[in-house]
This record gives sequence, structure tokens and C-alpha cells, in this order.
Amino acid sequence: MKILVCVKQVPDTNEVKIDPVKGTLIRDGVPSILNPDDANALEAALQLKDKDSSVQVAVLTMGPPQANYMLRECLAMGADEAYLLSDRAFGGADTCATSTTIAAGIKKVPGVDVIFAGRQAIDGDTAQVGPQVAQRLGVPVVTYVQDIQMGDGKVTVQRQMEDGYEVIEVKTPCLLTCVKELNDPRYMSVGAIVDAYKKDITMWNHVDVALDPADCGLNASPTQVFRSFTPPQKGKGEMLSGTVSEMAGALVGKLVEKHLV
Amino acid sequence: MAEAFFTEQHELIRKLARDFAEKELTKEVLDQVEETEEFPEEILTKMAKAGFFGIKIPKELGGQGADARSYVLVMEEIARVSGVASIYVSSPNSLSGGPLLLAGNDEQKEKYLRPVVTGQKKLAFALTEPGAGSDAGSVATVAKKEGDHYVLNGRKCFITMAPLSDYAVVFAKTDVTKGNRGLSAFVVDMHAPGVSCGKPENKMGVIGCATSDIILDNAIVPECDRLGEEGDGFKIAMQTLNTGRLGVSAQSIGVAQGCLDEAVKYAKERKQFGRPIGSFQAISFMIAEMATKLEAAKQLVYKAAYLMDTKQDATLNASMAKYYASEVCNEIAQKAVQIHGGYGFIKDYKIERMFRDCRVFTIYEGTSQVQQMVIGGKLLKK
Amino acid sequence: MAVVVIKEKCKGCTKCVKSCPFTAITMEEKKAMIGGACTGCGQCVDACPFGAIEKTDDGKEAADLSAYHGVWVFAEQREGKLMQVAIELLGEGRKLAQAVGCELCAVLCGSGVEGLAGELFEYGADKVYYADAPELKQYTTDAYTKAIYEAITTYKPEIVLLGATHIGRDLGPCLAVKCNTGLTADCTKLEINPETKGIMQTRPAFGGNLMATIVCPNHRPQMSTVRPGVMEKAERQAGRTGELVKLSVSFAEDDIRTKVLEVVKSAKEMVSLTDASVIVSGGMGLGKPEGFDVLKQLAAKLGGTIAASRAAVDAGWIDHAYQVGQTGTTVKPKIYFACGISGAIQHAAGMQDSGLIVAINTNENAPIFDIADIGIVGDLYKVIPAIMEELDKLPEK
Repeated sequence: MKILVCVKQVPDTNEVKIDPVKGTLIRDGVPSILNPDDANALEAALQLKDKDSSVQVAVLTMGPPQANYMLRECLAMGADEAYLLSDRAFGGADTCATSTTIAAGIKKVPGVDVIFAGRQAIDGDTAQVGPQVAQRLGVPVVTYVQDIQMGDGKVTVQRQMEDGYEVIEVKTPCLLTCVKELNDPRYMSVGAIVDAYKKDITMWNHVDVALDPADCGLNASPTQVFRSFTPPQKGKGEMLSGTVSEMAGALVGKLVEKHLV
Repeated sequence: MAEAFFTEQHELIRKLARDFAEKELTKEVLDQVEETEEFPEEILTKMAKAGFFGIKIPKELGGQGADARSYVLVMEEIARVSGVASIYVSSPNSLSGGPLLLAGNDEQKEKYLRPVVTGQKKLAFALTEPGAGSDAGSVATVAKKEGDHYVLNGRKCFITMAPLSDYAVVFAKTDVTKGNRGLSAFVVDMHAPGVSCGKPENKMGVIGCATSDIILDNAIVPECDRLGEEGDGFKIAMQTLNTGRLGVSAQSIGVAQGCLDEAVKYAKERKQFGRPIGSFQAISFMIAEMATKLEAAKQLVYKAAYLMDTKQDATLNASMAKYYASEVCNEIAQKAVQIHGGYGFIKDYKIERMFRDCRVFTIYEGTSQVQQMVIGGKLLKK
Repeated sequence: MAVVVIKEKCKGCTKCVKSCPFTAITMEEKKAMIGGACTGCGQCVDACPFGAIEKTDDGKEAADLSAYHGVWVFAEQREGKLMQVAIELLGEGRKLAQAVGCELCAVLCGSGVEGLAGELFEYGADKVYYADAPELKQYTTDAYTKAIYEAITTYKPEIVLLGATHIGRDLGPCLAVKCNTGLTADCTKLEINPETKGIMQTRPAFGGNLMATIVCPNHRPQMSTVRPGVMEKAERQAGRTGELVKLSVSFAEDDIRTKVLEVVKSAKEMVSLTDASVIVSGGMGLGKPEGFDVLKQLAAKLGGTIAASRAAVDAGWIDHAYQVGQTGTTVKPKIYFACGISGAIQHAAGMQDSGLIVAINTNENAPIFDIADIGIVGDLYKVIPAIMEELDKLPEK
């Protein structure tokens, strides 16, 4: 069985700060990381490989050539193959166009039985690309997966809901998007990193995956960014001073004043 | 931070070690280690899985097949968070793995090295004695050949990890008339009759890795557990210590980086006279000096590792790196405590532990003075 | 709309390189180059001191969009009960419909839930499209996608809004691909452009560090998901009615490829952060999971509930259901207590619209104090009991 895991290299948005004076993003020194939910998806695939050595795990991403670094990381965690879809023509894609490109890439990877993806990427938080890839491939999708049991020609999963979960059975091939509750991603190992740099990463452009440039990237994106801005910062409030009980008293006084208690 | 000596592969190894240190070696874990003086076994298991115990050891011997630079990076990143944790990394890679890698035959490597680098067994390096510290030639422990085995008698002291170990590489005299050339190396089963440990020492720092004496009282060691030939002991010990210096130098830049990070953070946060103390020149100059010296130390350490990886003679550079990095680390730690003021003197802040931990770096695996002897000797020999 | 560099004006200052949130700009021969990672966000346009970067309209031929009319709201129901977010969407949908000058419709799927149509009319729907089938009783991606997709192709709405629930975020993307249109996730603000009558969808991106306004000029319907708790609920007008339009739906055997075997409700207490008027929230500063007990006492006194920052959830101190922030719930209670929360941007994104923010933190430089209305520097384990003591002193009402 071959499991293909869709991964994305994202800026670590936890490390991003806003310049308080200029109101602009401070991006210096913000590292690029493997998207956290994607790491859970990869871990899920690797656990299945641990149980059954005939399982093959492939990772696929769309991004600039620098995304190779993240693919090496995936290989060092235990993936067997890595694919990078990289082309200027893929640039500027919204989720709709991204899903076209990724679906075209997946179609070209031989022998894929099941596709895993992260629920969403932390740079966009849309959670759209996973289900959209499934639609384009014509395979069923289950999102928010928190448990996976592989069966014969089918998978039984738990789909996380706001107030519990559903147990869902789905036939393969299918696409599952994974949440962080699914597992704890493993560390790489030093030796696996050494091996990862001996493997080849397959790089494909739009010609390789048989896409017309008009069908990918910015050209094929229904949505466009009209403008972007840093969220307005609220003015600094009042800092209370004095002893603990003085401050507590002042606070409660203010709450009473504002009719909040 | 693009480094001249590193490849992208090295950077990924650094990332692994950094992620590991940040996630596993949390404040709670480290506080508990200080309190109980024991290092959690489950973290050691995870370290073994991440390949930290056999970084430079070839894959066919159970290691990871990486290089000296990878070893330096892992040591640096682990030590940045915890000095004691880095000792557990250094031991199998250096002092305990070294003699086996250098002088062990295939059988010995399979029997002792593989379990050590995969984290199943622990092995100590026992050279130092009450009367033989920097002067390895004056070892008084004796190994007497009797048929197909040796009988060992003597006392080793300050042996890191001795009470936790399954085996120890013990250096003993097979020929008391010959000084250095009479020294031989043996793998001793720590659970064998006649082998015992003294009471763990009450140490100033790197708490959580027990250090004690090893007492050999008519301990029987089969001949097949001798490493190399009789009389090879001194060479094995010196070669092991040569590469071992790299480990301590990497520990030093790691702890120093941790101290600098804490000092910078504190200097930005702490306000006096209505402004962050970092905005005072007195503090900012201290930090500038700390950072500059650390950078110089790093370049020495990285270069020594690079020389080893490219099969060039690194003896001089390893000594320089160990000497300078360990001294500078103490200086940086001292300044970091100073910047913390009173808070640097209490255990609530990490800096107090780091200050204690790094004190031993200028002492073990060849004191600063021994390194100066090596460096001076090399330069003045011609 | 693409971003282009006007080579003649570019001085090679690299300001744009630093401004780009997506690392899409590189320097080639001392001129800026826009690379494939560009999302067209336009940060660099503002950053360039020389006016050397501009956004261009790619002048695509406008498709004929005139056939599309009306604002649709997906009336998500579970077990025969309307989700709160559906009522919020009706409230927002009404404003949009007024701005466009069109009708507001709800689309309802289920089995035997026709009764909800009346409720939807009372909350402002002019029309309710209702798909009734046993296969729609329980949400499945395939069945709901098919039913609503068919309705969209038949009745051609210009705007479709869905709640960004675990169902809406599953259904929306599938519908958008089938309709070959755009979808904007997790919108926090929707407006109609008075000139084009197109929708302008504002959403947080980049972990809440950046807000982006998204348009969908050449495709219909324009689709958005909206986070629960963000929009104002519609007012209920008792007795208001409208037109009920039944959708004909039928399913072949292979249409639904997933099977719900079991529904498990968690035994966890239901957390309704979006409805709470007072929230007492804790972060890493609590130091231990038991810290939430102290917060619970204060919350109980004020008739509120507790919540947590992502760090506290990640530490395993409290269930994910309590998480406030970019990847958790968006809340706007009357009072929000942030206790031992540093106030990272992703947390702020989920609570900064609260009525009054009270921050308690030992670190006087914590960013939380930048967004708090009232700040107390101190140990929460001392401050909170003191607050409770003061509250006890207040006269009974």
C-alpha cells in the first residue's frame, strides 16, 4: 500500500511579531517549518508503516525550491519518496488553483492508495485545500480526522466534531485531513537525516504534470487579495498600581462603575 | 546563521537537536533532575532513538554514520538547555565509545559498542585515580596476567556515570616497570565479582549524572576483554581524550549560548531607573563582549570538527577549542549572573544552574593547563 | 490582480524583500523579483519608497454574472436544531442583501425538519430552500454537497455564506470546487463594494498577524465561511413568513461514499465560549493544570466560564474545547480576564473584540498589556483571591 501525504512549508507564525511603531510585520529570523497538522498526517502514515513494512509513504508539496529542505525533513522522519511541484506558473494560487496543481501531481505519483493531509496550514488557516484536492481527484474526503483504522479496501476514522466525534467508514482511495489530536509526530534521527540527503527528490513543473499555465497559479484563482493590512492595534489601557488588594479594589471599582458586575 | 563549516544536512541535524532540547528538556524536567539527582530514563531512550548516542559511529556498528560536526551541533544544542543532558550525549560518542572504536576488535565492537550507541547499555571511562589525574602515566591500578585472564586491583576516582554503568573501560598497568608504555585498557563488567562503586560524589554542578570511585578488588577480566595489545593503553587513552576535547568544547559553546540568551532576555525585561537595564552602556558592553567571545569560541570549535571530518590533524585545534571555549564559557556565565543581579544568585532562574554546570568544563577531560601544555608543546617542539 | 516590479524605478533597496510575509521576493541583479510564492497581498506595494511596485489588474474578461441573484445562508442544523451561527449569518446576510438590493434566502438540508423553515423566516429569510431526504438527516460531505450544488446551479445565488463550523469548513471547499468558484475561509468582516456590488471578505491570515480583504470578481457564487460568534445575530420577528421552496433531491447508491457508523458525544462539559458574557482565561503563567481551579472560582462568582490560551492547551492542562484564539474559538464577552497569558498575536486574534479586557501577568512587558483595558502586574494566585474578596464586599443586589 502507498500512502501519499500532502505537506506544506510554512513560516512559523508563532514567531512573527508586529512592529509596534510601524505596524508592519517583523519577519526577520522567522523560521520556515513543516506545517504542524501536516506533521501529524505524516506521523499517521509512518505509524501504519511501522506496523506493516509493505506500506510505502510518499510526501508531496507545492512550493519554491527551498521547500526541498522540508521534504528532507519528511524523509528523515521516515518517508520513502518525496515530490516537489515547483514552477513560477503555480505562483499566486488561491486554494482553488492550488488544489488543481496538487491533484495533478498526485495523479502522476504511481500507485497511491490513500492520501493524508493536515487539517489546515498555519499561514492561511483555510482548511480548504485538502477537501478541494479530493473533489478534483474524485475521491471521498473526511476532514478533522482524529483516529485512523485501516481496513481492507476501506478505512474507519473518527471525525472530530465540536462536541464529540463521529465514527465514519470510507472506501479507499480516499483523502483524510488530520488534526493534532491524532498523534505526536516523531523526531527525525541523526542517521535518518544522513540517509535523507542520499535520496532523490522528484521535482515537477507544469509540463510534467500536464497542466496548462492558464489552469494554475494566479491565472486560475477565482479569489484575489484586494488589499491587506496589519490589524489595528488597540491603544494601551490603564495599568493599576499599589498593593495586591489595592489593585483588586480598584479593578472591582471600575467593574461596578461600568455596570459590569 | 550560515556557517562556513556546515552543509544543509548539518543545519537539519541542528534543528533536530534544538527541537528535541526545547520539547523534552523543559524547566520542570530539569528542576526535577536537580532535585532527585537522577536523569529520567525515558528521555535517554528518546535520545537513543533520535540517534544522539552514536552520531559519528558508522552505521554498520549500530551508529548514525554522521560526522564530528554533527556531533558538535547536537552537543551544542543540548548543552544550551541542559549541561547534564549533554554529558549523556557525549559519553557514548566520545569517552566510552572512543576506546572501543579505536582499539576494539570486531567481536568487542559488536558486544560492547553496539549496545552503548543504541542506548541499551552504559559504559564508563575509568582512567583517573587519586594519584593520577593529568599525569596518566602514574596510574597505580595493576592488571596481573593469570592464564587466560587478568586480575585487576586498584581504585579509580571521579568516574562519570560509574554507578549507572554496565561496563567500564579501565586503564591498568600490565607492566609496572614501564610507565606510560606499561598501560593497558580493559572492558570491565561492572557487575562482576570484585568490582564495586564508591559513594556518589556530592558535586557542585552537572547534577543528575552520578560520579563515583570504582574499586577493583581482585576483579577477574578475561583476556578477550583487553582492548588492543598490552601496552596500548596510553595511546588509546590519549587518542580518546583528543577527540573527547571536542565534546567538552561543544558543551562549552552550548552552555555559553544558553547564558547569553538568558542575559539578553533579562536585560530587555528588567527595568531599573525607568528603563530596561540593557539600555545602559555598562550592561550592553558586557553583552557585546560575551557575544563576541562566544562567536570566536564557536569558530574554533567548528574548525576543529571540520579538520577531523576532512581527516586533517586536529590535535592542536581541539586543544585550543577546549581551552578557549571552556574558559570563555565560565566568563560568559559569570557575566550573565552579574547581569541578573540578585536573581542570578537564586535557584529560580536558570542562570544559577548554568553557572555551576560549566565550572567543570575547564577541569575535566584535560584541564585548561593541560591544554596549554599540549598547545605550547606542539608549538615549541620544532 | 498581480504584483509587478517596475524595473526602471527599482533602486534595489530590499525594503520589499523584508516586507513580504511569504518570502516571495528575491533580488536579482539588484532588482526586486516577485517569485512564485506571491499571493498578491500588496504589502510590498506599500513598503516600496520609490513606487516601483504596483498591483495590476490582469484585465480578464468579465464573465456574465448577471444571472446570479440573492444572498444564501447555509442553515446548518444538527439533530433538528438550528446552529447559532446560522442565525448570525442571517443577521449578516440581511445587511449584505440590503446593500446589494436582493433577497435573503436560507438553504436547509435534513430529514423532517421542515419546521425549522418557520424559524428561519422569523430570523429574516425571505425564502427557504429545503432539501428533505433520509440521506440528509445526518451530515455527510457527499450528500450535502450534491443537494446544495444542485440548488446552486438551479437557482444561481450570487453570495453563499456558511458557518465556519466543522461541517461548514468541510462542505464549503467541496461546493466551491464543484461550482468552480472561490471561497474565503473564516471571514471576520463582510462588506459590499458599492460600485461593483461584489462582496469584500476580510479575514485574518498569517496566524492573525495580517488581515486580508479578498474579492472574487469573476466567479459566482461568491462564497465565504464565517467564524461562529463573530457576526451579530438576527433579530427574531415573531410571525414573519416567507416562501418555502422544496428542492428535489435523490441519491443513487454510489453518491454517498462515507458511512457514519456512530456518533459519540463527548462526556466533557459543553463549553459555550461564544455565548459567555464573562470569560476567565488562563495561560502558561498558571504554571500547573490545577491553576484552572482558581480561575473557575472567579468565573463562578461572575457567572462566567473559563478558557485557555493555546500554550495551556498544548501543555495538556485543559481540553482543546476551551481554547481561545486564531486556532481556537473567537470570543467577545463583556469581560475577558487574561491570567498568565502573554498575549501572543494568535491569542489576541480570538479575544481582542471583548468588551473589557483585564490582564493579570507577572511580566510587565507581556504583550497582553498592549491590548488590555486594565492591567495588573502581579502573581495571579494572589491577585485573583484578592479580586474575589473585593467582589464579596459588594452589596447584594
